[in-house]
Amino acid sequence: MKVIIDEDKCVGAGQCVLAAEEVFDQREDDGIVVLLDAVPSEELHSSVEDAAARCPALAIEVLK
Amino acid sequence: MTDTRPTTRTQPAARPQPTVRTCPFDPPREYRTLRDEDPIAPVAFPDGTNGWLVTRHADVRAVLSDPRFGANRRPARATALPAGTPVPPPPPGMFLMMDAPEHTRIRRLLTGQFTVRRMRQLAPAVERIVAEHLDAMASAEQPVDLVRAFALPIPSLVICELLGVPYEDRADFQRNSSTMLRLDASQEEVQQAHLAMNRHIHELVLAKRARPTDDILSGLVQEGSLTDEEMAGVGALLLLAGHETTANMIALGTMCLLGNPGQLAALRADASLWDNAVEELLRYLTIIQFGLRRVAREDLELDGHHIEAGTTVLASLTSGNRDAEQFPGDPDQLDVLRKYSPHLAFGHGVHQCIGQQLARVEMKAALSALLDRFPTLRLAVPADQVPMRDDMLIYGVHELPVTW
Ligand code: SF4
Repeated sequence: MKVIIDEDKCVGAGQCVLAAEEVFDQREDDGIVVLLDAVPSEELHSSVEDAAARCPALAIEVLK
Repeated sequence: MTDTRPTTRTQPAARPQPTVRTCPFDPPREYRTLRDEDPIAPVAFPDGTNGWLVTRHADVRAVLSDPRFGANRRPARATALPAGTPVPPPPPGMFLMMDAPEHTRIRRLLTGQFTVRRMRQLAPAVERIVAEHLDAMASAEQPVDLVRAFALPIPSLVICELLGVPYEDRADFQRNSSTMLRLDASQEEVQQAHLAMNRHIHELVLAKRARPTDDILSGLVQEGSLTDEEMAGVGALLLLAGHETTANMIALGTMCLLGNPGQLAALRADASLWDNAVEELLRYLTIIQFGLRRVAREDLELDGHHIEAGTTVLASLTSGNRDAEQFPGDPDQLDVLRKYSPHLAFGHGVHQCIGQQLARVEMKAALSALLDRFPTLRLAVPADQVPMRDDMLIYGVHELPVTW
């Protein structure tokens, strides 16, 4: 699995952090998503998919 | 472009927007039929205009994340606006009613203040406020109105603290925010309330310019890219949004848990369920009761329906959150064990609630401590005598008399 984020789309809602803290964080100053791990390991796949589904701005793309 | 042009050609039989509830926790029954039979339905709004009502979870999400729809500026209240009334431009700073790039410019100045991490850091302060109010409640004469004693003061204190608004001024802005959410308030009353709130924040902005402190308004002043009018608008919007929404989730959430003793027992037996329970209460109660309005910015097709530019589309959050396609099992049943699935309580798309992490922190702290502190908490009146907020844009209870 490969994760791609689009910072321009992100609206800083933090849903991704709630779903997968190991993979997503938010920048201190403007709340925009930070990708901690672009190639997350197997056991994180379902929470990453959950994050992509929750993201209100469709800013997370998951390639398989 | 307005949303009042005649649309009879594509809308043969507009039904009235469903508004009547038969159970205090359930959205109007009609939504179920609409989801099954007519998920994108022509509808006549209470203000006399026509448009479309979207009731399925997937369609609601599609509409709210589709840039071909713009934020609508026509108020959703019941008082009739004469047909053809031009839609006014959004007031300065009202980014809720703006589209990109204006919306993005303002929202980005705020998102850093509401991150998951920052809101979690706030949790101990929120817990302290909660504990103080529970102490005060414990020594008060019973029955106690949970709204006045607990559910409203907590988010109110927290948002005032965050923004840098003196809590002593609450009588004024609580009255104003409540007027803005009343369905039967006239356009003029709403405008007056809005102006008063803006004036108030405007004065604060001027004071913080002279002497900045550590809060969001001072931060905006120092950042420097917004005009004073825009800062006043942003501040008023956050103050309004930070108030009745969370207050009603706490009060209505309490009533709902008291009415579902099995669920309450599960929570009392295992406190680790609280995060999940908060999401489930948000889904189940969805207090934005009439949904979110968008306006088509161009002629477009939506699932085979032709929607003309300028037409209003109402995306029903309450209906989407009871859609069995998305929430298998019985979506009309509160189930704190339900596996999280993206609910619509905070909306969806670029306007999704900016304060949602704060709301989560407040709901969890307030509900868990309240039920912990008062193991025998119960309603002091029969459930059908609790005055429900059918008459407000944000649903909930006007009062919740409790005893223990
Ligand atoms: S959920 Fe989406 S919009 Fe929200 S912070 Fe994450 S990437 Fe950004």
